[in-house]
Amino acid sequence: MAGGDARGRATILGRFVGRPAGRLFAHFLRESRTAAGIIVWIGIGIVLAIIVMAIFAPFLAPFDPNTKVADPETPPGGRFVMGVDRSGQDVLSRIIWGARVPLAIIAVATTISLAIGLPIGLLSGFVGGRLDRILVLVMDSIYAFPGLLLAIVIAAIIGRGILNISVAIAIIYIPTYFRVIRNHVAAVKQEPYVEAAIALGMPRRRVIIRYVLPNVAQSIPVIFSVNAADSVLTEAGLTFLGLGLPPGIPDWGFDISLNWQRFEASWWATFYPGLFILILTTALTFVGEGLNDILNPLLRKKDFKAKVEA
Amino acid sequence: MTFDTPDGPVHAVTDVDLTIEKGTTVGLVGESGCGKSTLGRAILRLLPENARISGTVRFDGIDLSSRSPKEMRDLRGRNIAMIFQDPMTRLNPLMRIRDHFIETIQAHDPNVRPEAAVKRALKVLADVRVPADRMNMYPHELSGGMRQRIMIALCLLFKPALLIADEPTTALDVILEAQILQLLQSIMHEYDMAVLLITHNLGLVAEFADRVAVMYAGRIAEEGATVPLFREPYHPYTQGLLRSVIDLDTTKLYSVPGAPPSLLGESVGCPFYPRCEKRMAVCEAVFPEIRLVGEDHRRVACHLY
Repeated sequence: MAGGDARGRATILGRFVGRPAGRLFAHFLRESRTAAGIIVWIGIGIVLAIIVMAIFAPFLAPFDPNTKVADPETPPGGRFVMGVDRSGQDVLSRIIWGARVPLAIIAVATTISLAIGLPIGLLSGFVGGRLDRILVLVMDSIYAFPGLLLAIVIAAIIGRGILNISVAIAIIYIPTYFRVIRNHVAAVKQEPYVEAAIALGMPRRRVIIRYVLPNVAQSIPVIFSVNAADSVLTEAGLTFLGLGLPPGIPDWGFDISLNWQRFEASWWATFYPGLFILILTTALTFVGEGLNDILNPLLRKKDFKAKVEA
Repeated sequence: MTFDTPDGPVHAVTDVDLTIEKGTTVGLVGESGCGKSTLGRAILRLLPENARISGTVRFDGIDLSSRSPKEMRDLRGRNIAMIFQDPMTRLNPLMRIRDHFIETIQAHDPNVRPEAAVKRALKVLADVRVPADRMNMYPHELSGGMRQRIMIALCLLFKPALLIADEPTTALDVILEAQILQLLQSIMHEYDMAVLLITHNLGLVAEFADRVAVMYAGRIAEEGATVPLFREPYHPYTQGLLRSVIDLDTTKLYSVPGAPPSLLGESVGCPFYPRCEKRMAVCEAVFPEIRLVGEDHRRVACHLY
């Protein structure tokens, strides 16, 4: 039965929630040769490389990122692969060290927003009624603000620091989890197997955890990586505006703000941090888009879509 | 039983008074949308939020309508169970069959260990003639008939006193249909259950039900013991329904003319009036109360009697 097969494939991640991880991985390897698979692997590779770079920064960076090592604005070449900025610091070393902050912030922020957005999305979608209407209203009003603007306000209120920026960014992305999960749950709770579970006396909590959650789980990694990509930009924007970090911590967005006015004299000090922001964002977007294709194969299958429309 | 909709209240089920004796099967028949399934769900309180229920459901001397949601939850699956018409989609596609059994048992007895639950499940699976190796499969690996047997087994875990079977065989082919119903019947005797068989298939009712209730527009039009009711239907709607059964001797297929009335808003008179062949002046204005007519506790809602 074609419909049954498609359903099984559409929910690979849900199966992963209930079953050993090996299956998911095997599925990934099988999908590796498709365009989506290649894109995911490129994205994962780049993100991993940047993570490795951040972890081993003390060994990889040729110079201390906060020390003057040469004449200001020495062009790239020789010992300074990416040149020297206006304060005489090595750009490459600052980029290697500067990967730590965005990665830490993204990890903390997206985890916080997942930890808050997922459960309230599940609850809101499943319970419905007045609670749902109130939560949707609150979340939509957060969502309606431009992300960076909201983050600026929150960061200004709670002050500087890596954890504080993380919280500010987390708040911005809670509604994206909430919306996607809530809408998906609202659809899944109409499924006959949910009614059957209730008719068999399943408590609400078990219905949500065992019947609803696995069937909406395939959306989570996609939102996760898309949010991560977006939060790189938000984080860079915040630090660029000087709202984020205490001084002395190397950060790509902060470095751009330090050097952009000297762009004509020393383009490299602005260009390379910007390039790395771009690379990390693009890599995370690749992961998200590719996962979306792999986890929701029906989006991709043109023959299936054509059949449905016919 | 009323649904609040943006267009106003819809009276899906009205003034239904139905008794199911222990160990018997009551067939509930009627055309699509007459409220059969809604009635079945109302017993278990499986209705959407916009449903308003008045009246009482008495089960084993207890008034279910006054039970708390938690008490109701424990009752479902344990004392009253329900099987549905679409077995293909009634099992969680991401859970193996064994996990369905474990979840259901633990929902009522949280302290049962998974191994013990599986043991219990295997006994019931044998009762519904499902091989034990199906336990490790996912729903999509099983046929519709197999899945319906598994649904039945899930319902039987706690030997419920009442089983609501909402068109249990509509999605199955005729051979499976007979198998599943014979299975249900033997299990019914074995477990001493009462069964509410909701269906639009009159043949099934004739064969398996002790009593029949015919529903029309959310009300019971006629109710009585199966054999006399089929032999001599009183209500014009029942007569029409029985004439609609395919008969090989006559080539023409009979259908009751017209369509069921909208259940939106209040109505006066007999709901079957516009389609009735024997309508009288009184039918348009006065609603016929259901009352005992003739022998063997036949009840009919019609001005003719």
